[in-house]
Amino acid sequence: MRAEFVRAMLALFEKRKDLVFITGDLGYMALEGLVEAYGERFVNAGVAEQNAVSVAAGLARAGHLPWVYSAAVFTVLRPYEQIRNDVCLHELPVKLVGNGAGYAYGIMGATHHALEDVGAMRALPNMRLYLPLVATDLLPVVNAMAEDPRPNYLRLGLSAKIPGEIPAFAAWRRLKPGRSAVVIGMGPVLQGLYELGRPDLLDELEIWCVGNFPLEDIPAELSLSIKEKRRVISIEEHYRAGGLGEALSCLLLMSGVLPEPLVCLHAAGYPSGRYGSQRWHLEESGLAGHALASRLEQLLRA
Amino acid sequence: MTREGAAAEGVMLAERVFSVKKRFLAMYKKANAGHIGSALSCAELLVLLKFAWMRDDDTFVLSKGHAAAALYSVLAEANVLSPSQIDSYHEDGTELPALPPFNGIKEIPFATGSLGHGLSVSAGMALGAKLSRRQSRFFCVTSDGELDEGSVWEAALFIAHHKLSNVVWVVDRNQIQAIGRTEDVLALEPLDAKLRAFGYYVIRVDGHDFAALLAARDECLRAIETYAAPVAIIANTVKGNGLTYMQDTVDSHYLPMTDAQYEQALAEVTHAHALTVNRSRNAG
Repeated sequence: MRAEFVRAMLALFEKRKDLVFITGDLGYMALEGLVEAYGERFVNAGVAEQNAVSVAAGLARAGHLPWVYSAAVFTVLRPYEQIRNDVCLHELPVKLVGNGAGYAYGIMGATHHALEDVGAMRALPNMRLYLPLVATDLLPVVNAMAEDPRPNYLRLGLSAKIPGEIPAFAAWRRLKPGRSAVVIGMGPVLQGLYELGRPDLLDELEIWCVGNFPLEDIPAELSLSIKEKRRVISIEEHYRAGGLGEALSCLLLMSGVLPEPLVCLHAAGYPSGRYGSQRWHLEESGLAGHALASRLEQLLRA
Repeated sequence: MTREGAAAEGVMLAERVFSVKKRFLAMYKKANAGHIGSALSCAELLVLLKFAWMRDDDTFVLSKGHAAAALYSVLAEANVLSPSQIDSYHEDGTELPALPPFNGIKEIPFATGSLGHGLSVSAGMALGAKLSRRQSRFFCVTSDGELDEGSVWEAALFIAHHKLSNVVWVVDRNQIQAIGRTEDVLALEPLDAKLRAFGYYVIRVDGHDFAALLAARDECLRAIETYAAPVAIIANTVKGNGLTYMQDTVDSHYLPMTDAQYEQALAEVTHAHALTVNRSRNAG
């Protein structure tokens, strides 16, 4: 998604000149085009995320539209109080961009994974999150963020490759119909459902993707599907605490749409104490591969 | 400026700070609140900036938010805050809580109180002004204990690297942080050498003496003109300055005043003011 994000930022700069792009000294082989195009409006703030976020708040107060880019874990967690106080409390349009969310940094290990970023950002007032799924989401997402007067967090990962036509980015979108269960997921982890090599399983699943937090009201079509199929599975490359499953369960309860059961599939952390690629961690968490297939089989048989 | 002009400006500032101190002492007494020492250590600094340095398009950030009463009193002195707003200080439903709020008061651009934020937001606004080719300046007063926060040094690097000479950083060097003396907790000295090494033009000055502060202001303006470097003023101050029962103590960070202490505080501040004005007039 990073290349598409950069292209979208270049296109945006064609339209408006109040942008300031701040990186926390990351973006090798990715941001070079922005350096050239943005000129003095591109700032490498160094490995100093706390200052970068507060500087962005000051820039926003001075009438600019700052974007702060780093690895998701460093964008969100290192400067958390700066995001809370200087950005969210003041409702300033600072655009935080976290690259490599979830297990995307793979073998780099736990300090580089972001498995609690959504929960952390969801807890903040005035903050709206954007969670793209596929490469073509980035242009509309970047444009929507530029128009959004609130603080935002953009969660980047590797673009999902999903067969068929994908609806345009939206707060809720249905990716495919299915017979007996509803899956609701966020971000590229959804790709794993299409890679099981089990068309029989896939046929059973109606798949939805959420694009924003706070979650918007459940669309009528989804509500009907849940009432009809009952079984709901949430899937996210994120810890359960503060993640999609928790947000969804609250929304469903408040909407009077009661699934039976609601199963939350989520990142398990590092249960074996071993490390590997993103794919390896997803499989260990049961979010991809055989572990996911057998979990789904079990749920669909129940 | 002529010697007579400087003396007249000194007298004007002395009158202002006397009024500012009387107001915030009354606020603290009515609220039965602490942080009196923190306000007394920076009162002259805030008055200097507001009444002898800042223009309308300049911005002030009190990064040491725990001295909010001094800020409110200065803003009341400048007719930005009303007597009824001041009267509501620290009370339920007030616009003026114990630490600077975010609620639309233009002169308080950021809520502060968690230390280590003010210099960075000042840097951001200053960078924004530069990018917009605006001449406005940004004045930030930090405490000295605040310099324990790593984010202050991130901001210090950033300001120096980007040559943000439209930021004036004032350190209220009163030597005392929340529960100890700075040199006992995390030693800061030699602070001027540290900041010089970062690329700042550093002035160390008596933070309670308006004649010295005005000279520091003029030196600052010349330095910005000459070197286009960011400026840091290390103001040597005394926590609880002028109140003999509390000055230079950790208690002055916390304790409210008894009735007797309040009477004593008013008497001491009044006496000190009379001496200052006499001295300034004689100097002029």
